[in-house]
Amino acid sequence: MTRVARRYHFAASHRLDSARFSVTQNRALYGKCNNPYGHGHDYVLEVSVVGPIDARFGQVVNIKALDRLIQSRILNDFDHRYLNVDVPEFKELVPTSENILRVIEDRLRKSWPRELPHLDSIRLRETARNSFELKAS
Amino acid sequence: MLLTRRAEFSASHVCAHPSLTAEQNSEVYGPAANPSGHGHNYVLEVTLAGEPDPATGMLFDLQRLKDIINSAVIEPMDHRFLNYEVPPFDKVVPTTENVAAEIWLRLEPSFEGSRARLHNVRLYETEDLYVDYAGDNK
Repeated sequence: MTRVARRYHFAASHRLDSARFSVTQNRALYGKCNNPYGHGHDYVLEVSVVGPIDARFGQVVNIKALDRLIQSRILNDFDHRYLNVDVPEFKELVPTSENILRVIEDRLRKSWPRELPHLDSIRLRETARNSFELKAS
Repeated sequence: MLLTRRAEFSASHVCAHPSLTAEQNSEVYGPAANPSGHGHNYVLEVTLAGEPDPATGMLFDLQRLKDIINSAVIEPMDHRFLNYEVPPFDKVVPTTENVAAEIWLRLEPSFEGSRARLHNVRLYETEDLYVDYAGDNK
């Protein structure tokens, strides 16, 4: 099997604050990420698919089809948005990178077209120092 | 243990299949189907696997690895138009997938009989697109 990984970029703001905890607890738990007005990142989303290289066209995946899917299901809703306010899944769910990955995987799983190869993993880089990876279920 | 060495080469290519129309090629390959060609700064990561030699503490001689990558890949592909100058891309579409697989074929024999084996070839066509090929296309 051959793996193809494609990176996408979106800029978004978020605030980490959970209704389960008190103001003091949220501050202790999330630190600067709890600042009341939110803050932003240039996220890098890496989507990997696996499959055989098609003998005729020499491709594992049609990149244009993958780009269209990520654009319509993820980037249109996430890019230049305040995740807590603009993306419905984060009305209740704290938009940590871990939760963002889960939401992205869920969205992709529900809309994954049959003609695309198997989704292998998704990786989210929040900053150059922090990245998170989820093996697709 | 894994050991990875990185190398770069710049090359041009066209991704188009002769049996398809221009429109179909554009749908399959996007802007890469432009018949005049275009280029990339490819970044290659060659990963070897094995156990270090207890005497030398090395899995593989890095200078030798550099020489192998240079003679098998960089010299024949750097500053070349892959479709015209680097077989089999006169007949095989030089997608990132096919170039990675060809690099694997060119590198693998160099490690026969050594304690290291070729583990993975990662080829970045751009910073936002890469392929991992490990010699198995099933």
